[in-house]
Amino acid sequence: MPVARGGSAGNLSGGKTLKTLFSVSMAAIMSGGMWASVVLAGPSDDKLVIDEQIEMTTRTAAPEGHPLDEVISGWHYRTPETRALETDTFQNPGMLAVEEGAQIWETVEGTEGKSCATCHGDASESMAGVGANYPKWDEDSGKPINIELQINKCRVENMGAEPYKFDKDGQKPLTAFIKHQSLGQPVALDLSQGDMQTWWDKGKDLYYRRTGQLNLSCATCHEDYNGYRIRADHLSQGNANGFPTYRLKQGALVSIHNRFRGCIRDTRAEYPAAFSDDLMALEVYVTWRGSGLSVETPAVRQ
Amino acid sequence: MKFTIKSGLASALVLLASTAFAASVVAPGDVAIEDGAVSKSLTGAPGDAAEGRKTFADRKLGNCLACHAVTDQSEQLFHGEVGPPLDGVGDRWSEAELRAILVNSKAIFSEDTIMPGFYTLDVGVDVREDLVGKTILTAEQVEDVVAYLITLKE
Ligand code: HEC
Ligand code: HEC
Ligand code: HEC
Repeated sequence: MPVARGGSAGNLSGGKTLKTLFSVSMAAIMSGGMWASVVLAGPSDDKLVIDEQIEMTTRTAAPEGHPLDEVISGWHYRTPETRALETDTFQNPGMLAVEEGAQIWETVEGTEGKSCATCHGDASESMAGVGANYPKWDEDSGKPINIELQINKCRVENMGAEPYKFDKDGQKPLTAFIKHQSLGQPVALDLSQGDMQTWWDKGKDLYYRRTGQLNLSCATCHEDYNGYRIRADHLSQGNANGFPTYRLKQGALVSIHNRFRGCIRDTRAEYPAAFSDDLMALEVYVTWRGSGLSVETPAVRQ
Repeated sequence: MKFTIKSGLASALVLLASTAFAASVVAPGDVAIEDGAVSKSLTGAPGDAAEGRKTFADRKLGNCLACHAVTDQSEQLFHGEVGPPLDGVGDRWSEAELRAILVNSKAIFSEDTIMPGFYTLDVGVDVREDLVGKTILTAEQVEDVVAYLITLKE
């Protein structure tokens, strides 16, 4: 039994250190095969097809340099009911926000009397596949830029409008609308742009850095223990391909930086500001970890 | 005037009492883990198993159920599966070993264990401001949980 559990942890997460595995199996041996009574719920084997039409890649071989063998979407770790909501655009509660984003796209704002559509026209053409490649390198700021900040850049520089504050006004719906134009497209970052690689390195450091009184890193939960239940939560690999996601718990869209902050806060640590260099670096690295997964925006999560 | 003297006296007394109490409590930095065990009670007194049972389940305190299942608390919803079930843990480990596991699991299992150290200041970076210098559990709560774990026999 202990061996079986060690093995399944290895399959699911691949990255657990020998030392930890050893202590787990030691503990398991000492507990006299208690594992026999534990039903381990790994990721489901279902296939995600949206509207019986778009076949989504939710499991794929990990990119080179990734600690795990297989990259798995958070969709697989959710309950059958939650998974079902994402298979149908009409049932997906996040689509309401996407429609709101579509309206904002057409809305004139700012001193220049322009809307997004004035310059970018039909988003289903101009924005198709765009969201799958973000964050990108932004020459002007000399930093990576995500969709939220690109929207703000266009609002300020091209529309004469105020930038959205974090998670406020049109930021989440418009981001979801733009990302949704890449539904089914594989996440693919170009790390050769500008200094993207440096930011990836920094993001990786942050990913493995233990924070807070609970002394946990992102990797402790999402790399070593994905596939296990932590109280009522089924731990996934913590991939970014579905953001902004619709969280049933909150009954609203949740942005990627909000999710990061929540996860860091849960280690009982102070958390960085949204769009800070730390969270941008983390977004670059975490998004890369999900390379090859289909963009699911708006994904449905618990 | 009278009132001030009286309350001044009272707080002096409280201060005295708490210093006396603090003197017998081993500070987090002074706990010696030897051969995977901490032989003496952190408070100098035995813990209260009934209190320990509550601390174990309390999400704001031990939150042990986040990662461990235990049949004794089957009335609680959602037991985690990240760590081994703790049924019979009182047979597998001695009281002194259980105390060491709780104080700083990293010194017992491995540096990478997901289990937090409950009475150590060897913690992660950027600790929430109001928690700096504080342990997850107090010495008394650790002793209570140890007393409870000892009762978990098969
Ligand atoms: C005055 C014209 C103008 C307006 C109005 C405008 N943009 Fe832009 N936008 C641009 C230009 C120019 C670029 C850079 C073009 C390019 O991709 O090289 C750009 C780039 C973008 C990109 C990045 C595209 C990519 O391929 O990476 C996004 C996303 C975007 N805009 C969204 C918006 C949104 C959302 C709005 C409305 C809030 C908006 N824009 C309003 C002119 C405009
Ligand atoms: C204490 C364990 C824990 C730690 C540490 C942790 N998370 Fe999470 N995270 C969770 C849980 C629980 C969820 C919700 C269930 C799931 O998808 O795993 C979650 C969800 C996520 C998601 C959403 C996944 C999806 O499919 O929608 C992302 C992204 C994420 N975490 C990133 C991170 C990052 C980045 C860090 C480090 C800064 C981190 N997490 C640290 C527990 C943790
Ligand atoms: C975040 C997850 C987590 C939490 C919270 C946690 N533990 Fe653990 N615990 C583990 C893991 C995992 C192990 C197995 C050792 C390893 O792999 O590092 C373990 C091992 C143990 C062991 C040895 C078990 C055996 O059967 O040999 C005991 C005893 C223990 N924990 C008690 C507790 C108590 C009491 C609490 C609450 C005060 C607690 N744990 C909280 C994850 C956790």
